[in-house]
Amino acid sequence: MSPFVLLIARDLRLALRQGGDAAMVLAFFALTVILFPFGIGPEPELLQRLAAGIVWVTALLAALLSLERMFGADYEDGSLEVLALMPLPLEAQILAKCVAHWLTSGLPLTLIAPLLALFLHLEASGYPALLLGMALGTPVLSLLGAIGAALALGARRGGVLLSLLVLPLYIPVLIFGVAAVEAQIAGLGARPHLLLLATLLVLALGLVPFAAAAALRQALE
Amino acid sequence: MPQPSESPSPASPRLGFAARNLACRRGERLVFEGLSFILPPGAALILRGPNGSGKSSLLRVLAGLTPPAAGTLTWDGEEIHEDREKHRRRLQFVGHADALKLVLSAAENLGFWAGMRARAPVEPAQIGATLAQFGLGKASALPCRYLSAGQRRRLALARLTLSSAELWLLDEPFSGLDADGAAQLLTAIAAHRAGGGRIVISTHAPLDLAQATSLSLADFRPAPDRTSEAVA
Repeated sequence: MSPFVLLIARDLRLALRQGGDAAMVLAFFALTVILFPFGIGPEPELLQRLAAGIVWVTALLAALLSLERMFGADYEDGSLEVLALMPLPLEAQILAKCVAHWLTSGLPLTLIAPLLALFLHLEASGYPALLLGMALGTPVLSLLGAIGAALALGARRGGVLLSLLVLPLYIPVLIFGVAAVEAQIAGLGARPHLLLLATLLVLALGLVPFAAAAALRQALE
Repeated sequence: MPQPSESPSPASPRLGFAARNLACRRGERLVFEGLSFILPPGAALILRGPNGSGKSSLLRVLAGLTPPAAGTLTWDGEEIHEDREKHRRRLQFVGHADALKLVLSAAENLGFWAGMRARAPVEPAQIGATLAQFGLGKASALPCRYLSAGQRRRLALARLTLSSAELWLLDEPFSGLDADGAAQLLTAIAAHRAGGGRIVISTHAPLDLAQATSLSLADFRPAPDRTSEAVA
């Protein structure tokens, strides 16, 4: 197994053994979405109008929950400095950690999103755009989150700081993700918005490892 | 300096792991300065000094985790900052923290760290043998949360022998180890040096290593009026 795959496998195994984190993200996502019909009232037209926005905003917040552990656990037990001294470049390790993070948070969120949209009476034609948009957008959430997680390392009240750093960065993903669903429902086609999400993903894949690695090196100095 | 000849003498800074005029700053405080040494193959350097004298800081500088505030670090004449990956490949660092995952078993922890450095797959038999060498044979399948502090320390040190690296940087490796554990570590160190490996080790315990050089960090403490020197 190459070190890159080995690191992903180790993070997945840790997530599996600790279990709680991934399940908590999903439970938070589901519970929060279900709160909305109670809060706004059960009028289908109103919920239908808000469905895409509610699902996406809640997904952003749920993704935020698990970010702190991305490097936090390794930082606390000394693994991070040993990892930083491994032959595999830190940039590649960050990509591996993002892949593992996405597999345990973004992917489950994507899979459960259509089910929750059902609660909100999302128009039937919007589902493919929601699913595709989430599939393209959630990896970006993990990647951008890695920068925030690396910057917030060692900070007091790192969790709050992390939210403040990362949420503004999530805005483009939110805009195009919601727009894709709405455009599809309006019959305009989700393609341009999905392409923009794909662009964000490619950009993040190229840039994030370097930014996050620089932040991690700073934290380890 | 005279023209470097084709076969430099062992004392030449071109051969070996060499530090020249190293200084280190933590925060705004200059911890040590003017520190130089040369480490030829098989050499051992023992760092001594009171708490806060910069032993851990020096080890982190040598590993490349912290950039030095001044001075150069070279390996056979080549600056280590020029090829960081090459430097990471040739060193193993064991710091204060054990770098173990408590929910993974001893064998899984060791296998992960070995795999991260290995070019070829690590055989489970190799991992078992290394665990046995450090007296952890019976604890192999146990999650690390059930290991004692001393056993965790042994496991962290077992990382060293499983994959070859030319340079070992050990920060207080004897803390928490019992007599058996210390003996196992000394055996591993002797074997490492016999194969041409170098070692830099910080310790408070009396340590008897054959032909080791001692470096007292207190000797490199900056003059009092310079310790709080502002960032230049």
